[in-house]
Amino acid sequence: MLEILGKTNIDFMGKRRWAFLFSGIMVMLGILAVVQIARGSANLGIDFSGGTAVQLKFDQAIRIDEARKALEANGLGNAELQEFGQENKILIRLKASTTIEEKIAERVVAVFTKEFPANHFVVDSSTEIGPTIGQKLQQDALIAILVSFAGIILYVAARFELRFGIAAALATFHDVLAVLGAFYLLDKEITLLVVTALLTLAGYSMTDTVVVFDRIRENLRMRRRDSEETIINNAINQVLSRTIVTSLTVVLVLIPLTLAGGEVLHDFSLALLWGVIFGTYSSIFVASPLLLLWPGASVRLLQRS
Amino acid sequence: MKKVGGRLTLLALVVVVSVIFFIPSYQPFYQALPDWLKKVMPNKGITLGLDLQGGIHLVMEVDEDRAVEIAVDRSVVSLQDLLVDKKIPVESVTRTGPTQVTIQFQNAELKAQIQKMIDDYPTFSETESAGSANRLVWELRGIEVKRIKDSAINQALETIRNRIDQFGVTEPIVQRQGLKQIVVQLPGVKEPKRARDLIKETALLEFKMLDEDNQLKLDLPARIPKDKEAEILKQAEAKLPEGDQILFERGVEKDTGREYRIPYLVKKRVMLTGDVLSDARVSIGQFNDPYVSITFDAKGGREFERITGDNVKKRMAIVLDNTIYSAPVIQDRITGGRAQITGTFSMQEANDLAIVLRAGALPAPLKIIQDLTVGPSLGKDSIEKGVQATLFAGAMVAVFMIVYYRMSGVIADFALVLNLLCLIGALSALNATLTLPGIAGIVLTIGMGVDSNVLIFERIREELRLGKAVRLAVDGGYEKALLTIVDSHVTTLITGVALFLFGTGPIKGFAVTLCLGIGINLFTALIGTKVIFDLLNQRHKVQQLSI
Repeated sequence: MLEILGKTNIDFMGKRRWAFLFSGIMVMLGILAVVQIARGSANLGIDFSGGTAVQLKFDQAIRIDEARKALEANGLGNAELQEFGQENKILIRLKASTTIEEKIAERVVAVFTKEFPANHFVVDSSTEIGPTIGQKLQQDALIAILVSFAGIILYVAARFELRFGIAAALATFHDVLAVLGAFYLLDKEITLLVVTALLTLAGYSMTDTVVVFDRIRENLRMRRRDSEETIINNAINQVLSRTIVTSLTVVLVLIPLTLAGGEVLHDFSLALLWGVIFGTYSSIFVASPLLLLWPGASVRLLQRS
Repeated sequence: MKKVGGRLTLLALVVVVSVIFFIPSYQPFYQALPDWLKKVMPNKGITLGLDLQGGIHLVMEVDEDRAVEIAVDRSVVSLQDLLVDKKIPVESVTRTGPTQVTIQFQNAELKAQIQKMIDDYPTFSETESAGSANRLVWELRGIEVKRIKDSAINQALETIRNRIDQFGVTEPIVQRQGLKQIVVQLPGVKEPKRARDLIKETALLEFKMLDEDNQLKLDLPARIPKDKEAEILKQAEAKLPEGDQILFERGVEKDTGREYRIPYLVKKRVMLTGDVLSDARVSIGQFNDPYVSITFDAKGGREFERITGDNVKKRMAIVLDNTIYSAPVIQDRITGGRAQITGTFSMQEANDLAIVLRAGALPAPLKIIQDLTVGPSLGKDSIEKGVQATLFAGAMVAVFMIVYYRMSGVIADFALVLNLLCLIGALSALNATLTLPGIAGIVLTIGMGVDSNVLIFERIREELRLGKAVRLAVDGGYEKALLTIVDSHVTTLITGVALFLFGTGPIKGFAVTLCLGIGINLFTALIGTKVIFDLLNQRHKVQQLSI
């Protein structure tokens, strides 16, 4: 029998202060990101803010500073450029201030045709989104987030107890905020796909928490003599290897997707990857200790069963 | 232990059905099948999304207010005609607001006479009639405004559909979204710019007379460089005669290829519009230059004959969307209801012009509010990378499971293959659209799919550690893991459903694969692998489980 971890006996609950400190920082960062998004000063993708994105694929390598100079010379100085390594691709993004009627995408293409006549290129993709659509997408994303969170809390509360539901939801919020905070810190663009990844990782993180909670509940029913802290510690130790293995299999598929899935999926997979790691951490170090914070819960539980 | 026969049959059935549904998605194989088989098989499989196939996704808004203005403008023209016919001398008839028409006249005695003419225009009502003895103001009724707005979007939909049909795109989607938006999807279009122009062009064809008497007075230059139009308009603004406007003809210098514009002074009054056309075709002229020959319907033909008869030796401008295509001198009365539109255009431009003329004009300009264009090469790249990532991810997980769980890992891998097969089969059966995030959803399903088996196997290991016999340990493991598995799947399913309900396009694709993947996973993990364990136990009475 091959095992990553043998029988462990780690005092997870004893380390909860450190965990809360670390998580507190991540959550603050995430909240800062949310505030910045609400204020409109975060790096929102053009699908939310409205604007234009054009991706060009050149025959020969193109220097990004030359490309920027060319755009500046033609009145498109506010463009953001991003290159994709070996493939001679660059992505040019221009945010909302302009309206779609100005045909920015065509202007960008015209600039490169004029300034780099020797380096032939094809338009890989071009996206133009009017500000009204962006606002609608923002709204839809917000509704999707609220609906899924409400659904998950209700389900977990119904299957376990309310405190489990709330602890699980808080842990999940923590994961989403942590990834969002990390994205904000690295100035990565928050696109529709990244939000999708955040929602998916919310679902996944909940899955992970449920595995741990399931065992905690089981042990709470069986062993009533021990303190709740000990019971939770034991439960986590018992499911530790499966929690790690299940996360590992997901990490195993996300790594190739992040590295080789292409530029469209890169940030999406990266968000999921971090989410899975945070999700595993939070099931053990956030969700479970939160159960201990509920005053008088262990007493009530004893009386109930 | 339960009998395995029924469950094995079910598994086999699911596999066969999945494969049958998948076959049409793989065209080379599907096409090679005999015809009789094709008839009984499903004929549609997975469609590739725009991000994988390349193509355009446009969301447009009809400028409703402009549609109303255009309708009012038309009434103005017809009222002018009617007044001329009835020989009522008025000073001017103009649109003075979005829905307002003002009629000015010198002779106050005419008022009653003109007032009566509103009977011919039941969509208007009179306002402010007491205000002035020399003026009448008509207002378009509210009901009519609403009707025009409603019909504008329907008419636009119809027109766009016609144009796209003639452009030749396989499986285009043209549909209304919400109150005033139109969504157009053209998968696999090679020339996105051309398609976009073809859809967006208002294509309002008008015949107007040149104002040759005043042309010289204005002293317009014969030819100006492109982009200098605004200057000319500004210079001439003060001197512009009442009821006239300046329009430009496009031209290209043959030797330098430089574009230029020719300004013309044109009477605003529209003699005839494109809605009286019955056909438009491309023909080739004597110098191998393409032109568009148009045919009027019976009414339009008579009208055209009358107009040309009245204006022999004068110049008539053929105007499309406020650009003059040509301004030929009318040599003679033109009978037979045919005319030609010449101008400097390529064969393709002539072709597109014929298409938009045949399909009819849009009731109002369209505003593009979302435009996603994906080139075919990016789509191909994405598919390749997606498939590579999927295979690689699958291989990593499969190897890991075998290394970690040995024989049981092989069983889990079998479930994984079953999972993928069913997922693809289900996507095909639903004719789902596979997008790039959808592929990511499939990859994620691989990773999450084995999770159920990990949970079960760890439980079985626990039972074995307690010293239970293999058969009991397996049954116990499945039983105890069941609730955990269901709980964990439902939470993911909830987010999947939320994404499906509120997501658009590619996100929906992701949500579909995620939800299907989760459902199928539950089936393969609980039935698929269990039946193998049961089978092993039944046949060999396993003493030692390789797990």
